[in-house]
Amino acid sequence: MGRKELGLLGLIVVIAGVTSALNPQFLSAVNLMNMANLIGLFGIFSIGQGLIIITGGIDLAVGSMLALLGVVFLDLIANREVAWPLAMLVVLAGGLLMGLAHGLLVARLGLQSFVVTLCGLLIYRGAARYYTGDSTISLGFAEGLDTVAWLAGGRSLGVPHSFLALLVVALVVGVVLHRSVFGRYLYAVGRNEEATRYAGIRTGVVVAGAYVAGGLLAGIATILLVFYTSSVSPSSFGNFYELYAIAAAVLGGCSLRGGEGTVPGIVLGTVLLQVLQNLVNILGIPSSLNFAVMGGVILLGVLADQTLARRRVARAGVPAGAKAAAAE
Amino acid sequence: MEHGPGTPLLALEKIRKAYPGVLALDDVSLHLAPGEVLGLVGENGAGKSTLMKVLGGVVRPDAGRIRLHGRDHRYLTVAEAGAQGIAFVHQELSVFDNLDVAANILIGREPVRGGLLRLVDRAACRARAAPLLARLGADFGPDAPLAALSIAQRQLVEIARALSMAARIIILDEPTSSLTLSETDRLLAAVAALRASGTGIIYITHRLGEITACADRVTCLRDGRVAGDLARQEITHAAMTRLMIGRDLKSLHVPPAAPLRPGGLAAAGLVTQAFPDRAAELAVRPGEILGLAGLVGAGRTSLARALFGIEPALAGEVRLNGESVTPRSPREAIARGIYLVPEDRKRSGILLDMTIAENVTLPDLPRHARAGLLHGAAEARTAEAQRRALGIRAPAVTIGVGTLSGGNQQKVALARWLAMRPRAILLDEPTRGVDVGAKGEIYALMRGLADRGVAVLMISSDMEEVIGVSDRVAVMHEGRIAGILDRAAMSEAAILRLATGQRPEESLAGQAAAEAV
Repeated sequence: MGRKELGLLGLIVVIAGVTSALNPQFLSAVNLMNMANLIGLFGIFSIGQGLIIITGGIDLAVGSMLALLGVVFLDLIANREVAWPLAMLVVLAGGLLMGLAHGLLVARLGLQSFVVTLCGLLIYRGAARYYTGDSTISLGFAEGLDTVAWLAGGRSLGVPHSFLALLVVALVVGVVLHRSVFGRYLYAVGRNEEATRYAGIRTGVVVAGAYVAGGLLAGIATILLVFYTSSVSPSSFGNFYELYAIAAAVLGGCSLRGGEGTVPGIVLGTVLLQVLQNLVNILGIPSSLNFAVMGGVILLGVLADQTLARRRVARAGVPAGAKAAAAE
Repeated sequence: MEHGPGTPLLALEKIRKAYPGVLALDDVSLHLAPGEVLGLVGENGAGKSTLMKVLGGVVRPDAGRIRLHGRDHRYLTVAEAGAQGIAFVHQELSVFDNLDVAANILIGREPVRGGLLRLVDRAACRARAAPLLARLGADFGPDAPLAALSIAQRQLVEIARALSMAARIIILDEPTSSLTLSETDRLLAAVAALRASGTGIIYITHRLGEITACADRVTCLRDGRVAGDLARQEITHAAMTRLMIGRDLKSLHVPPAAPLRPGGLAAAGLVTQAFPDRAAELAVRPGEILGLAGLVGAGRTSLARALFGIEPALAGEVRLNGESVTPRSPREAIARGIYLVPEDRKRSGILLDMTIAENVTLPDLPRHARAGLLHGAAEARTAEAQRRALGIRAPAVTIGVGTLSGGNQQKVALARWLAMRPRAILLDEPTRGVDVGAKGEIYALMRGLADRGVAVLMISSDMEEVIGVSDRVAVMHEGRIAGILDRAAMSEAAILRLATGQRPEESLAGQAAAEAV
């Protein structure tokens, strides 16, 4: 873990310590399990968001993707009685295709990721609401889902499966990002796409790959979320989740300029956000202040990023600039 | 020193400016009278840019004084330079594409109406812009959208802007580098009109023909000093060329004259995006360093980009050892062993935020990985070997490239290709922003590559470098190869003549004349 991650971990420990001192309930098994579950659910698609941000892009569509994939999944297993493994495949493939569409629009056609995924946000939300006639779909008493419900929503040794899923995802993505050739390309593209292209790397494929991975992770998160909520209301399911994901990634050290960020950082960013949310509840702070607390923390994160970036520029730019002036 | 007509508008006296390791300006003096066109010539690096920066208030001289309208200054600030009526018309145009001509001319000083609302008074804008355009003989109106204008027309807009600020001294810096012949004529007519109205003009160009056509006097800079002044009747190509060059060439490296080998990298009728109606023919032989000279904008960089596939050629072929390989992407070029070290190092040559090792292995990562996972030790080995071989001055290969000096950054940009299997390597201004010591090392590396049988193409605007390093020199002019000079025929005069579009016969005659003086 780098300095950024250790700092974040320290901050989480301090906040958790203060909160548990004020209300010991914070450390109760029920509360911890609840938090772990939420961290798992949010962490998975936040990692996808982080991959996209590392390439210098952003994904505003992920919340709506969760809603659309969620209603489709529930409709398939609860209303149409499609076998759940097949429904799962449909959801994963759907997420992958949406990610691929975003990736191609950004990498091939050169559209800005903000615009592309903003359109995605609107389109998928509308599609989800139209698909269900704007009504909520719930799991109800559908039969034969016990296995999958346990797999997605259950616990082993007290640990929520969503949290275990996050650990697996973090491990796999972490290895890809930090140890693989593709991961190096992702950072290179985010830091300087042009120079990366000059090194002979197919930057379009790399960028699109990040969006595909993000879409796939959104699909996985959808399945877990559906079994957590047991029902999906298409107009509110996943609302603002893209912002939670961006917040977690930025808190975790991703720079919106691209080229920065780590998987442990993003996971810790998710943890911090969930701890803050939990703190609002458990300390009896009016829940209407929830977003304000989150906004304040994100702002601090961005300020810190800005300061660090400026220091980095000052370090890297000065000697070279002086040389160039002398050569004139 | 004789004086031009009338009292000087501007006199620079004994201006001196030193940078660490370089004396950019050494007791440079020049003067300019109202209604006079002063041609300022000199090679790249002779000190023209620094001198003009002194005049524009961007650079503060170490010594000397600036006499403006009869008042002395030790230095100028940017604001003072503007207030004193000094205006620049740059090579890179600073015009606003999305506005119309009048708005561009009066930007920041628009007439307003509507009291506190401060609405832009468009009618007044046009009314003020129209006479300025008429004075310059512009063939477009004040309400024309700028996006619809040619580069030549935009240049007139820039000049009109200078006039609207009551500029009394206008500095034209390479104004015609991207103009066609007839556009150049129109610009020269505008210059004549300005002169007639009493404006002092400093005209900087590499195109000596324009100086002959419009200058009243010429000041020539060489290595930071005034090499000489020429009065109207003395202005000839030969005289200017002689002043610009007149020094012994320091021999940087004398390559052995080896017979040309077949094969190598060839551009066969290659049409680049910069000159869609011209085709370039060029062959770089294995084992040679071919210098590619030419003026800025002659199409050298576009040619290199086409050879590397970053800006694929519109037509024609790229051949490597006789085989057609025309790359459509850098990836294809790299797979063939054609590598480019680009001109803009920081933007496209290296990744400043990454380490030396990451930069060196980036194009060849799959070879430093097992089953898609990076093999850190292999990366470190490659990078460390290159660091030693190239003498990259850094404590370790794990430090960021951004912290290195320009010369060491350039070595990193080279190292990544040396670690692979180059067959042809294209170097675009390989020593720009590189200190003298590192320059020598880079030349030695290039020679080493050539000795290994690599075809080396070096684009350079530094004459000394072109002549000192190349086995042969190809000179480019407006998208075509104007001529190829072997070591015997290589001279600054010959290159300059080819680069400015004159015929080689003239060049030989001119050279003889220059030598006879």
